[in-house]
Amino acid sequence: MSILLNRRTRVVVQGLTGKIGSFHAADMKRYGTNVVGGITPGKGGMDHNGIPVFNTVKGAVRETGAEASIVFVPPPFAADSIMEAADAGIKLCVCITDGIPSQDMMRVKRYMRRFRYEDRMRLVGPNCAGMITPGQAMMGIMPGHIYLPGRVGIVGRSGTLGYEAASQMKDLGIGVSTSVGIGGDPINGSSFLDILKLFEQDPDTDAVVMIGEIGGPQEAEAGEWARHNMRKPLIAYIAGLSAPKGKRMGHAGAIISAFGESAQEKVEILRDAGVTIVPTPAAFGPTIASVLEQHQKAA
Amino acid sequence: MDIHEYQAKELLSRYSVHIPRGGLAYSPEQAAYRASEIGGGKWVVKAQIHSGARGKAGGIRLCSSDTEVSEAAEAMLGRKLATHQTGPKGKLVSRLYIEETVDIRQEIYLGMVLDRKAERVMIVASASGGMEIEEIAEKQPDTIIRATVDPGAGMQQFQAREIAFGLGLENSLIGKAVDTLIGCYRVFRDYDASMLEINPLVVTRDGNLIALDAKMSFDENALFRRPEISELRDKSQEDPRETFASDRGLSYVGLDGNIGCIINGAGLAMATMDMIKIAGGEPANFLDIGGGASPERVAKAFRAVLADKNIETILVNIFAGINRCDWVAEGVVKAIREVGVTVPLVVRLAGTNVEEGRRILAESGEQVIVADTLAEAAEKAVDAMKSFSKKKKH
Repeated sequence: MSILLNRRTRVVVQGLTGKIGSFHAADMKRYGTNVVGGITPGKGGMDHNGIPVFNTVKGAVRETGAEASIVFVPPPFAADSIMEAADAGIKLCVCITDGIPSQDMMRVKRYMRRFRYEDRMRLVGPNCAGMITPGQAMMGIMPGHIYLPGRVGIVGRSGTLGYEAASQMKDLGIGVSTSVGIGGDPINGSSFLDILKLFEQDPDTDAVVMIGEIGGPQEAEAGEWARHNMRKPLIAYIAGLSAPKGKRMGHAGAIISAFGESAQEKVEILRDAGVTIVPTPAAFGPTIASVLEQHQKAA
Repeated sequence: MDIHEYQAKELLSRYSVHIPRGGLAYSPEQAAYRASEIGGGKWVVKAQIHSGARGKAGGIRLCSSDTEVSEAAEAMLGRKLATHQTGPKGKLVSRLYIEETVDIRQEIYLGMVLDRKAERVMIVASASGGMEIEEIAEKQPDTIIRATVDPGAGMQQFQAREIAFGLGLENSLIGKAVDTLIGCYRVFRDYDASMLEINPLVVTRDGNLIALDAKMSFDENALFRRPEISELRDKSQEDPRETFASDRGLSYVGLDGNIGCIINGAGLAMATMDMIKIAGGEPANFLDIGGGASPERVAKAFRAVLADKNIETILVNIFAGINRCDWVAEGVVKAIREVGVTVPLVVRLAGTNVEEGRRILAESGEQVIVADTLAEAAEKAVDAMKSFSKKKKH
């Protein structure tokens, strides 16, 4: 049905009692997410809008059997929260927080490697909109109604550009198996490649849309892998044709600092790898539709 | 965030990296006085701007008398210096750094960056210093040495030794090179740097290792815990449009086109700019107002975009999620009335309650060109810009 997240996934919210945490926890619950608890140090034992609060992630895991967490903790403390989740045995952590220092993220990634591969937490984000398995559950801040349940996977850095793609798909009746936002930071938890591997193995995903942007090596790395290992069609768009070199375009990671990091260069690398390119950001819907049609004919 | 050469050198010298004797000057008189303080018979007058490649652009001059120092200072101060990194507009020179000269035997390249693939700090060094790293990578790729640092353990002595021997330094210099490398790494780590470049790091004739130039950038996400770095910000080196926006908490990058952009989300902002380009226009800016799109932020965004005198059309593209389109539309109308928009305005709303949002715009009585899709928004913006620009010429 999906990757990573479904209606049974037991989710806790780190930073539940803050303004943003409260708002989105309620929205996630309304959508159908199985929110089993929240963590705010010092507020353990409280009930917050019908959700039990714990002082520590370990405590929440012990009491609720939570396997996933979503982080709404402010940037100075977010890295600590991610490491706490990893140590408490959380399997999937989605970090929404924007503005975490890069050196903190380096430490987080190093810390996570202390765990054996089988026990290691999967981190998605930070600085992302989260993920959604339409019709089932959402761990994120996206408007759930723009996603139609279906069989196309989406993985992207940007929140609102991902919404644009999903709504263009919905207009043509194309649904989504799971949509994953990997975030706009230079050092992030899951790469495009990590998520592509999951979609390739998911029996309920027929094709994948990858929405990249300028900066960093991850789109090219994913394209190279897909060329040799992916049997499902991969469709990609890279934002930032008009971005000048050396300027940070909003996202901390959206900066062209080396060869192969501009939108034009990434598009060439992906096209070379046999990836179908969405020619303009207005053409997500039609491009995906035509790839699906060809794929069905071939099958 | 970038800092000046003299500021980077000051930080490095606290971590046992050797630098030439030097002093800061804001006027020709100060420059001459600094030269006499430093002593000797030869000095270098260096324009302090946030850019490399200053030498080729005339921003570094060798002088052999205090009169020459003063003349060089007069020629540079208050002028804009354009290097191939700053672009043709250049950057204002308002500070000079006067330094003693050193006898150079060898030039080394030393850089540290956050490597996104390794997700660690990477050290890059080459015995072919003096030219830019891109040029070294092209002409002498075999001379480049790379090493990454485990963030848990920090940089180790052996790593520094390996680099020092790899550079072909003689035995008497190895200890000094190790101190320099570890000092650089500690500055990088302790101040949340994102880039450090010493080019060249020189071996002098009397057997010392000295940082002749220094360039540093810092992680803006970490400035909350580095007030001493925030203090080094020099707004005169920034695009004034960007300073105006960043002082108001907006993420803005100024470009050369004439279609102003107001968008929520960095990815959608870049995609909208791409769409403008595909439709035959040129975006004037990148501007992400963030997820909220509150009326206050929209008004601030209009002010920031209109601060650019080249603007001939504004394109607003908001994908509303939790904040419904009707609320965003009301904010846009309020902002237009408050700020006063004198150029054509194209607004595209999408997402939650979109029909209601479009109705509010249409019934507002304001001159708003409403678009339904991204493609339509870009086309309408380019058309509006062309007819506005024609009218202006008449």
